[in-house]
Amino acid sequence: MPVRIFDALSPRQPRLQLRVRLPYGVHRLLHDPGALLGLILVSLVVLTALFAEQLAPYGPTEGSLLDAKRPEVWQEQGLEGHLLGTDQLGQDILSRVIYGARVSLAVGFFGVLLASAIGVTLGMSAGYLGGRVDEAISSIVNLLLSFPYLVLVIIIATVFGRNLLNVIIIFGITDAPVFARLVRGEVLRLRNVDYVVAAVGLGAPTWRILLRHLLPNLVGPLVTLMTFEMSAMIFYEAGLSFLGLSVPPEVPSWGNMLALGRKFLYIFPWMSIYPGLAISLTAFGVNLLGDWMRDVLDPRLRRAD
Amino acid sequence: MLVLVFFTVRLTGDPVGLMVARNATPEQREAFRVAHGFDRPLAEQFIGYLGNALGGDLGKSLRLHLPNAELIMQRLPATMELALAALLLSLVIAVPLGIISGVFPGSPLDLLARLIGLAGQTIPSFWLAMILILVFAVNLRLFPTFGRDSLEHLVLPAVALSVASMGQMVRLLRSAVLEVSRENYIRTARSKGLSEIVITLRHVTPNALIPLVSVVGVNFTYMLGGSVYIETIFAWPGLGTLLNDAINDSDFPLVQAITIFIAAFAIGLNLLTDIAYDLIDPRARQR
Repeated sequence: MPVRIFDALSPRQPRLQLRVRLPYGVHRLLHDPGALLGLILVSLVVLTALFAEQLAPYGPTEGSLLDAKRPEVWQEQGLEGHLLGTDQLGQDILSRVIYGARVSLAVGFFGVLLASAIGVTLGMSAGYLGGRVDEAISSIVNLLLSFPYLVLVIIIATVFGRNLLNVIIIFGITDAPVFARLVRGEVLRLRNVDYVVAAVGLGAPTWRILLRHLLPNLVGPLVTLMTFEMSAMIFYEAGLSFLGLSVPPEVPSWGNMLALGRKFLYIFPWMSIYPGLAISLTAFGVNLLGDWMRDVLDPRLRRAD
Repeated sequence: MLVLVFFTVRLTGDPVGLMVARNATPEQREAFRVAHGFDRPLAEQFIGYLGNALGGDLGKSLRLHLPNAELIMQRLPATMELALAALLLSLVIAVPLGIISGVFPGSPLDLLARLIGLAGQTIPSFWLAMILILVFAVNLRLFPTFGRDSLEHLVLPAVALSVASMGQMVRLLRSAVLEVSRENYIRTARSKGLSEIVITLRHVTPNALIPLVSVVGVNFTYMLGGSVYIETIFAWPGLGTLLNDAINDSDFPLVQAITIFIAAFAIGLNLLTDIAYDLIDPRARQR
């Protein structure tokens, strides 16, 4: 079995990582209140998104104009059953915030997945094949990276229609250069490592080197970057909604709620406070989790403190 | 630059479908296409557009019927004022705070620095802007809520716009200081018997500030993007409100002109940053 020779030469990073580092990660998680808080926050948001129907007291677009414009339940004008008040159409703010988690998480999760898939493909090709391929890919990547991100997203979003899939695709494409740059750099470093050179010397096919020897070593930095990019994407989706360029206005997304809330900011401030709080808490949780992942998965960045 | 403009033009695709009313007849569409030159081959359109752009002609706004370049120049001073104020604010707070927090990790000021660093990553600027209005303008009545008349009008928008970059700068400086402190030359300085103050000011700070140079340029262009929200919320008469209005009106030529302008500005700034980097860091010059 000639195939096994290549495997024997490679240090088999993924399994090794799991055996050695998982306990470290768990240890770190239990002793780092920040990481624990991050995990709790993110799990809460994910569960909220998954079980929105069960958790929300009302449907996202359900409401009566008779109940409209009421503040939180603890305020004088508050209405029983509408904990965080209602908007100008009588829709329950709490329910809309709960359903809004779906849009933010969907964009964050699938956007990052698409961006990393494109970025890894481009970055690996550029880093491993080098030469003209590298030049072409790198120049496009650098071009896109030098562009103010928000402006880039705005131009594309004005062309595409307003729906969830388009938003995910836009973020997936525009964010890919960040991943491509990371992967290219890592591949350039790894291709000269002994076990890769040995595998090449033994005549291992390119796909095998890329998938078995390089990709597993990219997992650590990739997952870390994915976490941070996910929180950035949740931000940008809200921003795009805020400008009226993301999902249609009737969809309960946090950015849409803020865009609407801005119009009523002086009279019904509660319409703006809670969706923004939801964005901040989610970003906070994802960032804490990202810090933990970086510490655990990327030993070079492991901090002494 | 050439590639970038071409890229932008290509990305915007066929604007006719977006600019013409949905119920327009094919003949009306065709007439619109011819009137605005969209019937010519893409390469020809591109070369025409490029020639005009290099000559300072960015086309004409569909809604406002004024040259885009003129509209941009009209709004530019307000945006520059806001972005520079925000940049200055981030630097004034982030530089001392980042250095102190790196020199004294674990101190109360370090805690503050880490909080600001976190806030920059977790609080969306447009939400912060609304909260600032609620607290400082509506409840405390300390600052005006919108417009651009006096210095007071600048405070809230500048604070809202600066938080993201302030947080990033604090984080960057803190880790740079921590990293530089471990270098051998710092140990040498210490073993020479230099006081901690001299070491911090003469050896740590200049080296820790080097990475900040590249961040300042990038952050400035990001502020131009972020100004879209902040200007809209505070009704600040700058490029951001112009872009937001153009988006809402589907004023395609204007959206394109503003984005090209910002892109060109960003590239110019990147170039300046690179030059500044070379001047400051001898290591970069050798490469």
